[in-house]
Amino acid sequence: MVMKQDKTDSRSTTKKRVFLEYVLEAVLAISLVLAFTTVVLLIAGAPPLQSYVHIFMGSLGSWIRFTHVIKAWIPLVLCSCGLLYTFRIGLWNIGVEGQVVMGAIFTTALMRMGTGTGYPSLVLLLSCLAGMTGGALWALGAGYLRTKGGVHEIFAGLGLNFVAQGMVLWLIFGPWKRAGIASMSGTETFERSLWLPTIETLRISPAGIGIALGALLITAWMLRYTNVGLRLKAVGNNAQAAYLFGLRPGKYMLIAMILAGSFAGLAGSMQVTGVYHRLIPAISSNYGYLSLLVVMLANFNVWITPLVALFFACLNVGSIQLPMVLQLDSSLSGVMQGTMVLAALAVHFIRSRLRAAYTGGT
Amino acid sequence: MGEINISILLASVIAGAAPILLATLGETVTEKSGIINLSLDGSIILSAMAGFVIALKTGSVVAGFLAGAMIGGLVAATVAFFSISLKQSQVAVGFVLTLMARDLAYFIGSPYSRVQGPQVGPSPIPFLEGIPYLGEIIFRHSIPVYLSLVMIGLVWWYLYRTPYGLRLRSVGEHPEASYARGINPKRVQMLYAVCGGLLVGLAGATFSLCIKPGWGQPQGAEGTGWIALALVIFGGWNPLRAALGAYLFAFLQVMSIYFQGWVPSVPAQVFQVAPFPLMILILVIISFAQKESILRWSEDRPIVRALLKTFTGTAPRALGRQQNT
Repeated sequence: MVMKQDKTDSRSTTKKRVFLEYVLEAVLAISLVLAFTTVVLLIAGAPPLQSYVHIFMGSLGSWIRFTHVIKAWIPLVLCSCGLLYTFRIGLWNIGVEGQVVMGAIFTTALMRMGTGTGYPSLVLLLSCLAGMTGGALWALGAGYLRTKGGVHEIFAGLGLNFVAQGMVLWLIFGPWKRAGIASMSGTETFERSLWLPTIETLRISPAGIGIALGALLITAWMLRYTNVGLRLKAVGNNAQAAYLFGLRPGKYMLIAMILAGSFAGLAGSMQVTGVYHRLIPAISSNYGYLSLLVVMLANFNVWITPLVALFFACLNVGSIQLPMVLQLDSSLSGVMQGTMVLAALAVHFIRSRLRAAYTGGT
Repeated sequence: MGEINISILLASVIAGAAPILLATLGETVTEKSGIINLSLDGSIILSAMAGFVIALKTGSVVAGFLAGAMIGGLVAATVAFFSISLKQSQVAVGFVLTLMARDLAYFIGSPYSRVQGPQVGPSPIPFLEGIPYLGEIIFRHSIPVYLSLVMIGLVWWYLYRTPYGLRLRSVGEHPEASYARGINPKRVQMLYAVCGGLLVGLAGATFSLCIKPGWGQPQGAEGTGWIALALVIFGGWNPLRAALGAYLFAFLQVMSIYFQGWVPSVPAQVFQVAPFPLMILILVIISFAQKESILRWSEDRPIVRALLKTFTGTAPRALGRQQNT
């Protein structure tokens, strides 16, 4: 009895210590980030404190602004969920950006066909499915190039990103151009019935938030409790051992890519149906690349991912204030996000070093 | 329909290839020592911005080139530091830096967007420029372009004909063995990561001060870093073949301008993204050329074998690996 008591006691203290370490780690990383960005702001001749205040107020200062944060959060979470599968198997799915774009293209294609049919909900549903298909196909392309073509997924994905981006531009200036004018402002806006339904008073879309939360739950369940999740991990940890065990690494790589592409494609659908209501050249808003940083900063953990995504969405939305108020470029958010990942990597290393010294191991 | 003047065409290929050539050579040096600097794309843009802004502020293009080189070296040193000292993945750090360096360039550089700035003019080499054809093709360029030409030979000579180059390659192939031979692999990797980074930085400055003068958002150099990374593979980690790849790429780029004039019905976006599927295709060919089944098939077909051989090249064995010596 006493023994047992002791054991649980020590466990709770270590738990407390681990939590404290996390907090310390975060504080250290954030101070590193603030130090670096302050230097950058000073180089650019901008008032640092004021810039931070504008970013904060620009994202959390009012409900309307917060709804913009949510709108950015949804695609970030979707892409990050997809990336969790590919990272689990050890793939660098940089092609996620192009998969978002492809999802948006497929969604737009279906919505163009469905305009005026009189079944808006059905069209919305089908166009989201089309988006997932588009993303999955694009991911499958990169996957096949990796498994059959022997091209590293970073180059395959990146090349396909540029192709997808070129396709969007071609569609907007070519076959899908607005009557009379073709411009960077994108295709014709869809009729209101084809917009993702939103609660007007709150200005948020329960469907979008539901989809993002659903994606998180499905991903957590898939990775933790299903055979597929376990096998992705097995191949990711040791492809050769997995092969000897009877798993075909190539097959699971393709499965991971399809899953990742579907989620990314869905993010593209959300951008079209929920945010822009048309296809624009910058439809992906760089959320694909950004979600790679989200997942890295979340240390590949499903439950930390949405929090990091929320934080990054705040930075993205808040930094839009910078060009409006201080005549600065909004790319400061990207600098902060990148620095944050690097700082986290550095702090993580220091912590593991300290722990090794503490326990006397190497 | 435009007529093609061969010497002008070749001259513009040599000039246009200069930045991508410098970046490819730099990355080849870095990767030969076992470090992958994936940050090339962002690194080039950041050094292009730094080079342009410093040249604008000081009025000296030399200062601009130095600043660009320093930025390139600094980014490369960050990748190497995170890998060597902090034991983090080179690919992860490189990728983060790609995005971050680009955003940093856009942020700091935005007040200088579309500002008229200094640029390097051509400096023909006396006597040599008078040689028919050859003079026009090679000897009427600006100094960064001459530098890129000289660097091809210099990098090759350094890697394959000097004891330092031997040490550099030994670290990239087998750091533990080099350690046993009294070489400090960490120091060597840091040194050559920075050296390669300096060249990448020069590539950026060459863009903003010479080939695509000026700074803007986008600058026009976006994407070339990735092409350079692919060219290192195309070159089989050999500077001479990498240079050949850079010239082929520049040739296609120049030709696409002519094509655009010939077939106006094809939208411009197709030409803009064309290099990337081409990059994938070439990487597929290279990978196939190394497949055992294909090599066996080619054994009694001398021409095919010779062709395949030109496409094969092995990566430094310790490339991208975390080392513990």
